[in-house]
Amino acid sequence: MRSNSNTLSPTMETTAAHLSIQHVSKVYPGRQTLMDKALKRTSSDFTAIADIDLEIEPNTFVSIIGPSGCGKSTLLNIIAGLSRPSTGSIVLNGQPISGPGPDRGVIFQNYALMPWMTVAENIRFAIETVYPKMPLADQNNIVHEYIGLVGLRGAERKHPHELSGGMKQRVGIARALAINPQILLMDEPFGALDALTRGFLQDEIERIWEQDRKTVILITHSIEEALLLSDKIVMMTRGPAARIAQVLDVPFPRPRKREQLDQYPGYHELKAAMEEHLSFETRAVEQARVKASA
Amino acid sequence: MANSTLQTSAPKKRSLRFNTDQRALILFFIILGLFLLIWELGVQAKLFLPIMPSASQTLKDFWFWISDPFFDYGPNDKGIGLLLMTSLRRVAIGFLIGSAIAVPLGILLGLSPVAAKAFDPFIQILRPVSPLAWLPLGLALMKDSEKTALFVIAISSIWPTLANTKFGVSNVDPSYLNVARTLGASRWRTIRKVILPAAAPSIVSGLRISFGIAWLVIVAAEILLSGGIGYFVWNEWNNLKISSIITAILIIGLTGLVLDRLFGLLQSWVSFGQRS
Repeated sequence: MRSNSNTLSPTMETTAAHLSIQHVSKVYPGRQTLMDKALKRTSSDFTAIADIDLEIEPNTFVSIIGPSGCGKSTLLNIIAGLSRPSTGSIVLNGQPISGPGPDRGVIFQNYALMPWMTVAENIRFAIETVYPKMPLADQNNIVHEYIGLVGLRGAERKHPHELSGGMKQRVGIARALAINPQILLMDEPFGALDALTRGFLQDEIERIWEQDRKTVILITHSIEEALLLSDKIVMMTRGPAARIAQVLDVPFPRPRKREQLDQYPGYHELKAAMEEHLSFETRAVEQARVKASA
Repeated sequence: MANSTLQTSAPKKRSLRFNTDQRALILFFIILGLFLLIWELGVQAKLFLPIMPSASQTLKDFWFWISDPFFDYGPNDKGIGLLLMTSLRRVAIGFLIGSAIAVPLGILLGLSPVAAKAFDPFIQILRPVSPLAWLPLGLALMKDSEKTALFVIAISSIWPTLANTKFGVSNVDPSYLNVARTLGASRWRTIRKVILPAAAPSIVSGLRISFGIAWLVIVAAEILLSGGIGYFVWNEWNNLKISSIITAILIIGLTGLVLDRLFGLLQSWVSFGQRS
């Protein structure tokens, strides 16, 4: 059904990835030891997310949206394997994950490019780490291919400090895609960009996703971004002990065009539902903060 | 247009005055002139000991030394260039020994919090010790004045490199480490490809400070030795030739400046826009 552009190596075959999040919660333990009690600096445990259950079908684009501080990033870090869940587990294709690994590609909000590597070296570093035995010529072909995919031809030899924020994130996207992960995890990838660049990169993500249709989990604050890109939108409640409030289906046909987005049937209803949920949760968060500081 | 009038008027105004660099240069020459004038007048008014040469006499002697830097009329009568070479060679060897200890140890301490805590008391106690205090101990340990000088230079130049390397390695931006982890990079690959390049600006800035200290220590260390610019200072003091000592001070200062600039270049070469 899908023709993958990566036919360079047998290890690069994609499989349809099914991700299952089972009863995941994350508790940050407070200070409770005798020493802390003696020094009167005890604090109670903090539950960031509580009992999250979510099934993510292969080849779907899922956005997670929620008020700030609701533990969206915590959940993504657990899926990435950078943080361990306090309870529950993440199961990828029937295998529980025990740590980070190249089956999940991560795109970071702050780009996380190595400043001492050029654009091409940043991408090659990822390929070389994941496929150490691949011949150098093949590695360079993949680097070249993904630099072209994100439209960075000509900037291969530049260092990150010579790039704009949007170009940096395109390198981040190319680096995550170049290792051909089963799932792509994006943690507010466009949060640090200006509105015009953000819109442009959203269109790029939509275009790239149409080619490959990898499973994607996107953390976002933006309702429009979620509606443009997602098949499903997971709305979370406010923290502490954040949980899933509702999962919305976005049935718009693809490829989607930003300009025509509001003409799809159901667009305004979905947008209104999300705005209502988010403003309600955000208001509650702010009120709790006012009370806490009073 | 308003825009174009703004543009034409601004350079006109500027051309009447000197820019900041030019004004600083003028001020520099004024200060230098005043300093030389006070020195010259002070000597003529016999404010100092009679061995203190006048500014004009010192400039003449300075010119004598730098116009023929490489003469060699025996062990106690060499040109300033040859003396400088001897000193630079000693500083380079001592500094390399110190760095060969400080960089690997700093990496180890940066990677291992246990080792860092265990080593900390030694470092905190030994670091503030004056280089001169190491001289007798060095002589006792090394039994040889040449080796003692290298020992003192090495041990004085360890500390800044050690502290900066440890800091740089233990404070690598966690997002770089997360990238390596999500790619499944091995510990060794993470150290080699991520931690060391990320810590390079800190390490080089430590080396830069260490080299400055090694150069500072050379005069003290060479009092024990023959040859070299520190020995020259000591020897010319015995000859009561203050103008030679002032020449040596200027040469030491200028050499230190040039070497510091070279390390500055190395630092910007490894920094890639990172703050160091």
